[in-house]
Amino acid sequence: MPVIHFVTTSGETLTLAAENGRSIMEVAKANDLPMLAACGGALACATCHVIVDEDWYDRLDPPSEDEEDLLDTAHGLTPTSRLCCQIRVSDALDGIRVTLTPMD
Amino acid sequence: MSTQTPSGTEAAVTEAAVTEATEVTDVAIIGAGPVGLFAVFECGMLQLRCHVIDALPTLGGQCVALYPEKPIYDIPAAPELTASELIARLQQQIAPFQPRFHLDQQVTELQRRDAAWELTTSRGTRIRARAVMVAAGVGAFGPNRPPLPGIEQYEGRCVHYLVAERERFRGQRLVIAGGGDSAVDWAIALADSAAEIHVIHRREQFRAAPETSARLHELAAAGKIQLVIPYQLAALEGDGERLGAVVVKTLKGEERRIEADHLLAFFGLASKLGPINDWGLGAHNGVIPVDPSTCATSLPGVFAIGDIANYPRKLKLILTGFAEAAHAAHAAYAVVHPDRALHFEHSTTVGVPLREP
Repeated sequence: MPVIHFVTTSGETLTLAAENGRSIMEVAKANDLPMLAACGGALACATCHVIVDEDWYDRLDPPSEDEEDLLDTAHGLTPTSRLCCQIRVSDALDGIRVTLTPMD
Repeated sequence: MSTQTPSGTEAAVTEAAVTEATEVTDVAIIGAGPVGLFAVFECGMLQLRCHVIDALPTLGGQCVALYPEKPIYDIPAAPELTASELIARLQQQIAPFQPRFHLDQQVTELQRRDAAWELTTSRGTRIRARAVMVAAGVGAFGPNRPPLPGIEQYEGRCVHYLVAERERFRGQRLVIAGGGDSAVDWAIALADSAAEIHVIHRREQFRAAPETSARLHELAAAGKIQLVIPYQLAALEGDGERLGAVVVKTLKGEERRIEADHLLAFFGLASKLGPINDWGLGAHNGVIPVDPSTCATSLPGVFAIGDIANYPRKLKLILTGFAEAAHAAHAAYAVVHPDRALHFEHSTTVGVPLREP
């Protein structure tokens, strides 16, 4: 099973096993990580904003126009910001590292 | 206006009389999203009267705040309807029960008083109820505020999330932040009267109608609007009373300082659980643990339903919230009428009973 490294806002790294096919948001919520994910993956908010490690960013499918529109409403954006409800876990992403953003 | 009914008849008469007094009801429902609204139906079928409070000025919660036009396909017997249609139909379904709505106000306090609960809202409305249903979803919606240090002290004076009075900005230096319709529309609308307008956005594309975007770029080409792209807000400068400048940064960290009198920030709505965290309901990461068979929380007579209610293998679906509303209504009946047995009759048997006046 692939693993995902989540870096919390306090700098702690949590390494979690993730089933293929789930979104990274679902993995975070299933493990009770501090993430609002208000709309539950309906691509209607930006509260699952994460910062993807630069080494991994280009290996992801590029964000859709809808995701870009919602990223416009997020704060503290970086060049590798993504909404993690849009990233599906797969073997190719084994070991990906994402940093959570503040809940408020 | 602090209260209204869907029919709009009773409210006009009683509103003035009740503003100061404490409202008394059977069930107070916090949140007017789909689940809070359907709870009115389930309570109504058991002859329980309801008051509903919501932070938004309209009914519908997240359905209306985040995705009014998105189609929903998983409502039983409704193959496809938009979120705002769902809310309109729920309004129609609960209208016979004449719920009282207290909109545009957030419940700030929940206190136990003489075997009942007293709720106080941000507008000073006080509601006394035997049972409370927290149907607050992901929390109360308000403006999505940029997390800039010290921004609170400028809000309402120099930092704005909506334009209430455009004349206020005549001759002023404005920074408008955001990339959607509100940011673009106001930049265009204020271009003639403002002294200067800088529009801050993180990328070239705006989420606005093509003709509106084109107009924005025309005004930029004519020098009436400065587009500051690709930047995002980084900090505010000022003396705590008046704004002096807005500091912006590129995603890579290059900094620019723009002198300005006002910041208009248009990033849509965001939700916050807020005071609910402090009511002793054990809220954690935005959800409240409940017993799934009754939706009872750890406090007597307080129930949680919909997205905010949590138990093992919870499914965050509108469908689930509807069923939870039924569970909570039946459990609430015993709280409101501890001395009365609940004789339940299906709606097919009794129809929809109007509540007693």
